[in-house]
Amino acid sequence: MSKPLPSASGHFRRSYADEFRLIETRLAKTSAAAFALVLLVFPFAVSPFYVDLATQVFLAAIGALALMLLTGIAGQISLGHAGLLAAGAFTTGILYKEFGAPFWVTLPSAALAGALLGVVFGLPSLRLRGLYLAVSTLALHFLVVYLGGEYETRRGFSTGILVDPPVVFGYEIYAPRVWYFVLLAAAALTLLICINLMRSRSGRAWRAIHSNETVAEALGIGIARYKLLAFVITSAITAMAGALFAYYRGFVSIEAFSLYLTIQYVAMIIIGGMGSLLGALLGALFVTLFPYVIEGAMAALPGADRLAGSVFAVNYAAFGIVMILFLVFEPQGLVGIWRRVRNYFLLWPFRQTALGERP
Amino acid sequence: MQLAVNILVLAAIYALIACGYVLIYRVSRVLNLAHGELMMLGAYMLVATASAFSMSPVMAVVIAALMSLAVGGMVYLFLMRRMTGEMVLAAVLTTVALGILIRGAVILIWSAQQYHPRAMLGWGNPVITLPGDARISLYAALLIMATVVVYGGLFLFLRFGRWGMRMRAAGQDPLLAAQRGINLHAVFALAWGLSTFTGALAGILIALDSGLDSTMVMIGLKAFPAALVGGLDSLAGALLGALIIAAAEVGVIRFIDPLLADVVPFIVLIAMLVIRPWGLFGTREELDRV
Repeated sequence: MSKPLPSASGHFRRSYADEFRLIETRLAKTSAAAFALVLLVFPFAVSPFYVDLATQVFLAAIGALALMLLTGIAGQISLGHAGLLAAGAFTTGILYKEFGAPFWVTLPSAALAGALLGVVFGLPSLRLRGLYLAVSTLALHFLVVYLGGEYETRRGFSTGILVDPPVVFGYEIYAPRVWYFVLLAAAALTLLICINLMRSRSGRAWRAIHSNETVAEALGIGIARYKLLAFVITSAITAMAGALFAYYRGFVSIEAFSLYLTIQYVAMIIIGGMGSLLGALLGALFVTLFPYVIEGAMAALPGADRLAGSVFAVNYAAFGIVMILFLVFEPQGLVGIWRRVRNYFLLWPFRQTALGERP
Repeated sequence: MQLAVNILVLAAIYALIACGYVLIYRVSRVLNLAHGELMMLGAYMLVATASAFSMSPVMAVVIAALMSLAVGGMVYLFLMRRMTGEMVLAAVLTTVALGILIRGAVILIWSAQQYHPRAMLGWGNPVITLPGDARISLYAALLIMATVVVYGGLFLFLRFGRWGMRMRAAGQDPLLAAQRGINLHAVFALAWGLSTFTGALAGILIALDSGLDSTMVMIGLKAFPAALVGGLDSLAGALLGALIIAAAEVGVIRFIDPLLADVVPFIVLIAMLVIRPWGLFGTREELDRV
């Protein structure tokens, strides 16, 4: 069985075709339809500020899903995520600036650059584990950022590279609502790819490697191959997210890809919940909205306005505290909370969880 | 000659910071990525004590260093103690989160402006001319001396001290050490305290030499390759690693490209991870234990 049954639903699979269905129960079908409807109506119902916010969430979700595949599913620690985003963004920026390359060239090139970099990032994983792997990806992050900075200074773009909006089928993607749908589609596509990877051979291999490498090898799983595959897929998706980021912002600067960005992405998968794609989405939502919530809270609280000059410092401090709270008190993340709440209502008025279900 | 002095000063800085990484890793197998921030916090402590104890500057320095010792111990007792037995990744990420928290708190309390603790204490910084026409500032010379004293002290402490022996035992096998009646939490807290203390010492001396702002974190991060190149669980390795990293960095700045300065340590780190991941003096089995 590639994925668990919907919990406490009384639903059972009766044919092989049932195993392959993405959406199994009627409740799941209606809620998915309702959610899709909300997402489609959303940009027409709210102000441009919220549309931009939602677009940022989609962008973050793509990167977080990719990182979840690598760290949450395959168990390979990476602290070089910002480096990969930077690689995608800079591939786009450089190709556009130097050769005037169109959208259809830059995006695959970014993916290709990401995949190549993924091999480079992944090679240490064949010899190194845990901490040492994290450290080597961290070192590679600094290398990529240096190369980007070097390009900026050498070519005289020391403040950053300007990128014009992409033109697709003669239509310029510029308006916020158009971007909203483009990135929504990109995020949905990434999610679909991730779900299918998870329930296919590679996903099972990754989870086996995560649980126990020796046993996985004994089962006939090519450790080196699947580890590299995880790095390559993650890096390619992340680099494409970087390319989309470059187009969306219309501006590429190495300043944007600091170590803090990596930490934000790692925080997304921790706060969301390790090993769950839903967790990656929830984490992306949480981390993207967090600074705005803090800002709002500071505006609302009396006496907080004397800190107004140092909003980013408050952000740092609050972000650190939230991360620590999740790591110490809720290692399962938002998904863990969600599962507890859901099970409570599913089983009400009983307290027992279903057999084999995580508490 | 001047080149050699520059390398020596930078190596002393890296070595003094790197021994903090080594102490914690050797005793509790946790990589403390908040070390740079803790070191910066120590330097800011001096800013606080400098205005409080303006009568006796030496007192201010001593109290700032002792406060860092307490801060390190408290970080373990209140935060890292909860992470013992968790995944390695969780413990490392907790230190990352702690680092961000400290960074934000420091800017909130002391703002982002640059401080000059030396001027606050009313001390000068005379330049000493060495034979061979090399120049070195007084505090850089003090830094080298502090590194020698700290490493000498740590060697003696770990070799002969009662608590030093306990620390080595806890590092070799926590379970057996606990069975022999060693209070593991006390040992780990001591390791965190000592590590923060030495880091803060480095931070204070750098701040006295060349001023203080939040970019100091980067120095702390660049010292990490020094610890890893030498082997994460070896103090002697950290010394040699610091020397290698410093030589590479100063050499590259002098002969190739000053822009490379911030990357060189990490390039050396990658090279080392490819050739000999456990470092020059590290224990080889460590790789499978993490």
